[in-house]
Amino acid sequence: MRDTEQAPQQAQNPTSFDIHLSGARVAFGGVDIFDDLDLTLRAGSFTCLLGPSGVGKSTLLRFLAGLVEGDVSGNITCSDGGILKNRIAYMAQQDLLLPWRTVRENVELGAVLRGERPDHARAEHLIAEVGLTDAAHLRPAKLSGGMKQRAALARTLMEDRPVVLMDEPFSALDPVNRLRLQELAARVLRGKTVLLVTHDPLEALRLGDHVHVLSGAPATLADAITPDGQSPRNITDPAILAQQAELLRQLGADISTGYGAEAVS
Amino acid sequence: MSLQNNPHTHRKPLTERRWLMLARPLIIVVALIATWQALVLITGAPKYMLPTPTDVCATLIARHDVLLDHAQYTIAETVIGLFAGAALGTLAAIPMALFSPVRFWLMPILLVSQAIPFFALAPLLVLWLGFGLASKIAMAALIIFFPVTVAFFDGLARTETGWLDLARTMGASRWRLLTHIRLPAALPAFASGFRVATAVAPIGAVIGEWVGSSHGLGYLMLHANARVQIDMVFACLLILCAFSITQYFIVDRVLRAALPWQPDSLKPVR
Repeated sequence: MRDTEQAPQQAQNPTSFDIHLSGARVAFGGVDIFDDLDLTLRAGSFTCLLGPSGVGKSTLLRFLAGLVEGDVSGNITCSDGGILKNRIAYMAQQDLLLPWRTVRENVELGAVLRGERPDHARAEHLIAEVGLTDAAHLRPAKLSGGMKQRAALARTLMEDRPVVLMDEPFSALDPVNRLRLQELAARVLRGKTVLLVTHDPLEALRLGDHVHVLSGAPATLADAITPDGQSPRNITDPAILAQQAELLRQLGADISTGYGAEAVS
Repeated sequence: MSLQNNPHTHRKPLTERRWLMLARPLIIVVALIATWQALVLITGAPKYMLPTPTDVCATLIARHDVLLDHAQYTIAETVIGLFAGAALGTLAAIPMALFSPVRFWLMPILLVSQAIPFFALAPLLVLWLGFGLASKIAMAALIIFFPVTVAFFDGLARTETGWLDLARTMGASRWRLLTHIRLPAALPAFASGFRVATAVAPIGAVIGEWVGSSHGLGYLMLHANARVQIDMVFACLLILCAFSITQYFIVDRVLRAALPWQPDSLKPVR
């Protein structure tokens, strides 16, 4: 776990409480997606959730966000005694930018939806931070995929919530843009408690302080792998590559003959 | 970082396309008039059955005062009916999308209302609302109420779930969710319904005039038909046509300008 004292100056509001999820159960159509699941998100740490498609990663994240309805049970507690609801910001795989609003108006959406006066100066600052100052007046249709996700990241940061839940936010991007966005996210989210869902082991190792694999049906969580050093990590580091091999093994890939030679199930 | 550009490959030069765009309707109109004239010459139809375009043109010029006098009634009925129907459709669609009991009670009534042929309603409306504008406005409004309601309701009911999730995590109130996300997101669907409504609204007004009135192009057509002034009937039809096309064109332009972000307002991919 990264110590908050070590966090550089970007962490203006480091998160000070742990989140404990216990006995979580979600079922769709009578089938358990997961049952009796426990997970702890340490204050100010970046946790990645890895797993095959359809295993329930997004469902777990949406459960924490309070977005899953129906056959649901479990406890979410915060170590400071507060409730998690209203303390999270959510970023999805799709940018979810409103096509009729400009980048600036999209970034300020949260305040508008709550009936508050948007902090324009802060919005400008965050738009500059994600490198979109020249595009702030444009509507999403005029932006590239990478620019849209940058705008979505700025909107997420604008909420200034202690906990950020991200559901495969970079998976639709090309590799170069993905690396750039990962770097940006690692920098601007420092000090916040982050849960990132991804299907890319290297992305998880590059960004995560703790990497969990979710697998099986009903899904269970494996013990976390904790890569060394500060994110964003160098993905050519042999230690990271060794941990990637371990994650691939946990995901069910046969890597005995050199991973990639056998089909990743 | 560069902004995305739409490739303009495999397209005709802009000036050529613009020229064709302007010339196309003209060519179509000239071809239709030529076919009409040829039909009269070939069949030798008498003037009281099928007048030539030149006869109709002469009537348009000679009787323009009468025609314009009646046209203004039809235009007023159509435009007022269009906005009244669209307003009622909007007022019905929003509570239907927001509250499921309203939807369950109102939807069957809407469907039943469509099962009644609106031709049959016209005499009743004239009986209840009189020979004046009101019965024709009601007729036009009734005809367009359904397409507007259904299109707008559909748009409101299909808000992107990701946007709703995002808004929930942002702590949006139900009212602000409606005004800032669901309503704007449904506007393109509303625009589709309103375009259909624009095309059918004049039908309602003219039917109303046929059933009972002393003004309007519908009244003038019936009147002229009874006196075998077929050139006058055609003149009325031409004015109705020109009005309908102009109205549609204006509404389409206004809707595109008002919703520049909607997909069909963007440049077409060819």
